[in-house]
Amino acid sequence: MVNSVRVAGVGMTPFGKSPERTAREMFADAADEAFEDADVPREVVDEVFYGNFMGTFAERQGHQGPMAAEAAGVIAPSTRVESACASAATAIRSGVNQIRGGQSDVVLIGGAERMTNLSTPEGTEALAAAADALWEVRSGITFPGAYSLMANRYFEEFGGTREDLAHIAVKNHEHAVDNDLAQFQMSIDVEDVLEATMVCSPFGLFDCSPMSDGASAAVLVSDEFAEEHDLDAPVEITGSGQHSDHFALADRASIPETPAAERAAKMAYEDAGIGPEDVDFLEVHDCFTIAEVLALEALGFYEPGEAITAARDGETWKDGKLPVNLSGGLKAKGHPVGATGGAQLSELTKLLRGDHVNSDAVEDAEVALAHNAGGTVASCVVHVLEVDE
Amino acid sequence: MSNGDEQRDSGYDDFLDAIEDGEPYYLESPSGNGWLPPRIVDPRTGERDLEEADLPETGEVVAYTTHYVAPPDFADDAPYVVAIVEFGPVRVTGQLRDTDPDDMEIGQEVEIGVDRKESDDERLVVFYPV
Repeated sequence: MVNSVRVAGVGMTPFGKSPERTAREMFADAADEAFEDADVPREVVDEVFYGNFMGTFAERQGHQGPMAAEAAGVIAPSTRVESACASAATAIRSGVNQIRGGQSDVVLIGGAERMTNLSTPEGTEALAAAADALWEVRSGITFPGAYSLMANRYFEEFGGTREDLAHIAVKNHEHAVDNDLAQFQMSIDVEDVLEATMVCSPFGLFDCSPMSDGASAAVLVSDEFAEEHDLDAPVEITGSGQHSDHFALADRASIPETPAAERAAKMAYEDAGIGPEDVDFLEVHDCFTIAEVLALEALGFYEPGEAITAARDGETWKDGKLPVNLSGGLKAKGHPVGATGGAQLSELTKLLRGDHVNSDAVEDAEVALAHNAGGTVASCVVHVLEVDE
Repeated sequence: MSNGDEQRDSGYDDFLDAIEDGEPYYLESPSGNGWLPPRIVDPRTGERDLEEADLPETGEVVAYTTHYVAPPDFADDAPYVVAIVEFGPVRVTGQLRDTDPDDMEIGQEVEIGVDRKESDDERLVVFYPV
């Protein structure tokens, strides 16, 4: 019998600009909140998995596993997990596997990223390291550039417009308005998106998630540990999946599709014994507006070519049939890359428990899903969460 | 990130040399899949016997985008257009030259070449309209 995994507690710093704060300082805060929320003492932690992508560039800091554990006040085996923007979800998956395999009862997971201490060109360069250094980066491709290629190819194959994409940014901003942890608590309209400074055709500034600083953490425990210690941990991680694809975008069989997400989702669904029709709401990796479209199609909620109008038609809004990115997503909540997967877990856990500012939108919900992608989805991690009735 | 002018990257620099020598190639597996070097295995099939094959003289643009925001080592090149071009069984990423992005179309035929960046004189793969 495989041990099941419960989310005992979650924490995250507000996302935004705090260029002076080191990653270790931010992670210390997120972990502190997670321990408090879990009501679990630090000394019972068996292992730490910490996500971080660009700390060797942004802070000249390698070897961050023990650094993160120490900041959290934990003496335990500790590993930095790096999988670009999917680093934290990969850390979560490492923790889930540890508990399921019986090696650990209590795992601290999370991640942190400090980005705004860099200039925009420097940050752009650091992020580009997630692409193929030989066959993409040397042509000057940036992350907005790579996703622009996917968007332009999507338009060519399936149709769609900049305006369709703009509705996604408008929705995610609207969802973040009451979220005090979000970087942008402001409404925008379609015109704002369409008239913003161009970054990379077809993306203006509002099609792109921002550079952000922040950290996230969670205490995961075995079902057995939760019972023995009488923990209030109603959210269970019932499904976990991860997959990969060809590294360079040019080598993918189809440029506007993300089979790594499709395969990761298939694993997570089978693991949880559910299908997309059972999911009540989700957080997806909307690093750029098109990314939300590609995610919803790969995860099985829409056929290829059909998710482009989901936000415009209101389906993925707070009051729609499938609320997507109730936290504000990467677009409005912010995207400190190594922390993002942990922030998705934190927000979904609160939404399911009923203590999130947007919980009212999903009052009777039981099943949620998180999709965290690395690079142009050369890697992807999907988790399914379920809450006790 | 460059290692300086003298330090070569095997595979990558060999490919650029071959373009400059007028004999561009790609690596083909027995199944007919095409890849760029360095590789010893077809990642789609696991076949290990890859052989050099002549790159078709012209390719077709499958996607392109204009970059307005550039990393520091492309600062003097911006704005620039990056494209993915399909040469038969292999796709190559590079910058479009001698083309107004407003006149570009997916499907346009291009030839491959090598140019140097404004920003730091490093070589890069480029495409010229046919």
